[in-house]
Order: sequence, then structure tokens, then C-alpha cells
Amino acid sequence: MSRLGEWLAGGPFITDGAWGTELQARGLAPGAAPDTWNVTHPERVEAVARAYVEAGSQIILTNTFRANAVAMEGDLEAINRAGVAISKRAAAGEALVFASIGPTGKMLIAGEIGEEQAQAAFSAQAAALTAAGADALLVETMSDIAEARLAVAAAKSTGLPVIVSFAFDSGKNKDRTMMGATPEAVAAAMVEAGADAVGANCGVGVEHTAPVCRRLHAACDLPVWIKPNAGLPIIENTLEGPTVRYDMSAEVFASHFTALREAGASFVGGCCGSTPDFIRALVRARANARCA
Amino acid sequence: MSDLQKLHQAVIDGDWKTAAAVTEAAIAEGTAALTIVNGCLVPAMAEVGRRYECEEYFVPELLLAARAMKASMQIVRPLLTATGAQPVGRVVIGTVKGDLHDIGKNLVASLLEGGGFEVIDLGADVAPERFIEAAAARHADLVALSALLTVTMTSMKTTIDAFQTAGLREKVKIMVGGAPVTQQYADAIGADGYGESAGAAVALARKLVAA
Repeated sequence: MSRLGEWLAGGPFITDGAWGTELQARGLAPGAAPDTWNVTHPERVEAVARAYVEAGSQIILTNTFRANAVAMEGDLEAINRAGVAISKRAAAGEALVFASIGPTGKMLIAGEIGEEQAQAAFSAQAAALTAAGADALLVETMSDIAEARLAVAAAKSTGLPVIVSFAFDSGKNKDRTMMGATPEAVAAAMVEAGADAVGANCGVGVEHTAPVCRRLHAACDLPVWIKPNAGLPIIENTLEGPTVRYDMSAEVFASHFTALREAGASFVGGCCGSTPDFIRALVRARANARCA
Repeated sequence: MSDLQKLHQAVIDGDWKTAAAVTEAAIAEGTAALTIVNGCLVPAMAEVGRRYECEEYFVPELLLAARAMKASMQIVRPLLTATGAQPVGRVVIGTVKGDLHDIGKNLVASLLEGGGFEVIDLGADVAPERFIEAAAARHADLVALSALLTVTMTSMKTTIDAFQTAGLREKVKIMVGGAPVTQQYADAIGADGYGESAGAAVALARKLVAA
């Protein structure tokens, strides 16, 4: 059995929730790159990671989503290594640490970057995350199958389990990625690329996620990773200017847990707008589902 | 005219080689540059925008169509300039300060160009003063601001405020767009218009320059 398969034998995993909004609540300036805080404010990043472990996350991610050489500048080796070290300290053996690799933000099809450049950026990040001791690598919020293939290949070369997750937020039924890829096309391509699990994160809210989950599950034999947003952002005008909030309670979010399980999800967590409270609610929902 | 039909189809199919070849041939036969733009490229890109809007086309199809349109425009533009033809309007476009995402902005820039606008693209992470400089220097009719992140869209307000402070707010129309942006937000920060999608941005730009 694969390492991921052994972990999953224990039942569905509850993963973590959003980091960016939690870091902002701890003083991260709007527009600043959260990843640099791994080096400048490690204690605050660790507080976010620890909040998720305490809430019951069995897997936490790392604050390294943008830390590839195409998406940002700086000492990326240090930022990636620190990101894993912080999450491992917070996990303290209570949770697994899956290191986050996000997209480059540039489009291969438009010639904005070449394949070699993307591959080199992903390889360097994957190597740094692995050297720092990540348990698995998570390639997330992808929209382009071609770019995801490069990231998965780079991640796989480390020997760690690799999960790959796409943002399905386009099309009439919100079941396509921005680049038009369907769950079936994603599943087929990611099986071929050698991913150990495939999934959907971010997107347009948890209510649209179960159908995508079901289709990913039906299209391949890989475990399915699901981390939806807590609904859509709502902009409010306050004295400090417009602020953003997500209009979904932790309980409403967690009420989708059973539907996601039935749709085949092996990992469930939250993306934008979710907090440690959402994870607590998911843990309760799982306990209730087991007793039902 | 059958050639222009072929050009129309080449843009919709994203076939830049055919688009360039047909444009060369049409010009050699004496078709006016303006006829090619208004009679063919603009309607073709409008159809592409419609398909994107209806979610029949996704980003890759849109990009390929824009590339085909640009291949034709590259041949036509010098002739247009020579005849003194004026664009529908001049747009300064960019992603606001602090935000490096430019995919959405590039799509809107392509569709605006396809819609007959002259587009001055400042790229991503553009400071308010650069928007102001470019708008003033190029006598822009419109300024289009893009942001992908909830945390960076506040730079849209900063930019609009800077136009106000510089005394240039009345000289240009300002439109905003991007994933987290809403009509409500656009109203709150004093923008002249909000485009929900790349396709809607072209219609909005037309309306704003006509106003």
C-alpha cells in the first residue's frame, strides 16, 4: 500500500482552512506576500498553523503557496524551508505536513513563460520543501493541465506523495477550470502524470463542490482531495474602507461534509474564508456521520 | 468579400497564420484598412467575446483568437495610422499596485484592442502615479484597473483618489474589474463603471467613451 493509502486507511482526513485571512488577522498588510512572513514573522505564521492543529486538522499545509521563482522574488529556498519548519513545529507530530505549491501565475499557452522556466521554478521549490521534511507535496489551485503536469513531475521527482488540486470556477455549472478543463480531463491527465491524489480547491464555494468531487472520483481510482471556499466574498463598506467577508457559517459549511464524503472525498478542508472554527465544525460533522 | 469572411473565421478559430495571410491578400486587392478592422476584426472579436461570455470558449480559445486578431492588426495598423483613422478610444490599462496577476488584465486588453480601442498596457503592479502619467501623456479617454485579490483591490481606491488629487479625475473615465470586484465595490470607490467579465468590459468601455 502506498504511504498515502496507509494514511487514508484511518478514514477521511480533515485538513486545514485558509491561511491568508488568518495572517491578515495577525497583522499581514493587504497586498503583502504572506510567504515572506515565514522568515520575518515565523511566530505569527506558527500561531495560524497551531490554531488548525488545535482545531483538529490531521493535515496542515505550509505558507509557501507563492514561493516559486516565477510568482515571487526573494530568498525562496529560505522561505520554503522555513515554511515547512514552522508547520512541523506546530504539528508536533499531531498532524501531517503537506507542503503547498501554487501556480506560477503566468500562462504557458500565451508564451508568458516557457516550460523550462516553470519546471525549474517548481523543481527548486519541491526540492526545498522536501529537504525541510514535508510529509507530502500539494500542487494546488491549478487551472492549466499543462502547468500542473510540470509541477507534478517536479514534485514526484522528490519521491514524496503528490496531491494535485484544481480550481473549478468557470463554465455554466462551475465545473470547469479557468482554462476550460473538466474534472474528467483533469483526472485522466493527473493519473497519467503519476499523482497520488487529485482534487478541487478554492473555486466558487462549497455548494458547487460535491458534483465536481463525484466526477473526479468516478473518473479515476485516486483518492480525492477537497478544499472549497466558504461561499463567495462579500464586500462591505466600513470606516476603514471596503472590507471582505465570507457569508457562510462554519456550521453551514460543515453541513456539506456528508455530501462530500458520499461524493468520494477522502480529504476535506476549507479554502478562502474558512477558519479554525470551520475545521472544528468539520471534525464534529465527521463524528456525527460515524455515529449515524 | 469572401476573403473577409475567411478572416472572420480565422480569428474565431484562433488561426493566426490564416488571419495574417488573408489580411495581406485583402490589402493587396485594395480592401481599405478600416473595412478590415470595422467590418471584420471587431465583429469577429465580438463573437469571440460572446462565446467566452456564454462559456462556450475558455481562456485558451480567447487567447488564440486574440493572437490571430493581433496578427491581422499588425499588418493593418500602419495603414490605419497613415489614413489618420482614429481609434474608438484610448485606454490605459494595468493591474493595480501590489498585485502581480495579469491574466485577466491581458484578456481585457486583447478584447479592447479587438473592439477598436488603442490600448496602452502598463502591465502589473502599477503605482497610481504611473496610471496618471500615462493617462495624461497619452490623452487617454479611459483608465482600466484590474485586481485579482481582495487584499489588493483596495489599491483601486488609492488610484482613483490619486486621480482626484492630481485634478485629473474629470478628464478620464475609470473602469474596474477582476475576480473579487463587484458593482457595489466599484460604486463605493467612485469608479465610473464595473465589468463583470472580460466581454462585458468592452461594452462598458464603449458606453463610457460615448457618454
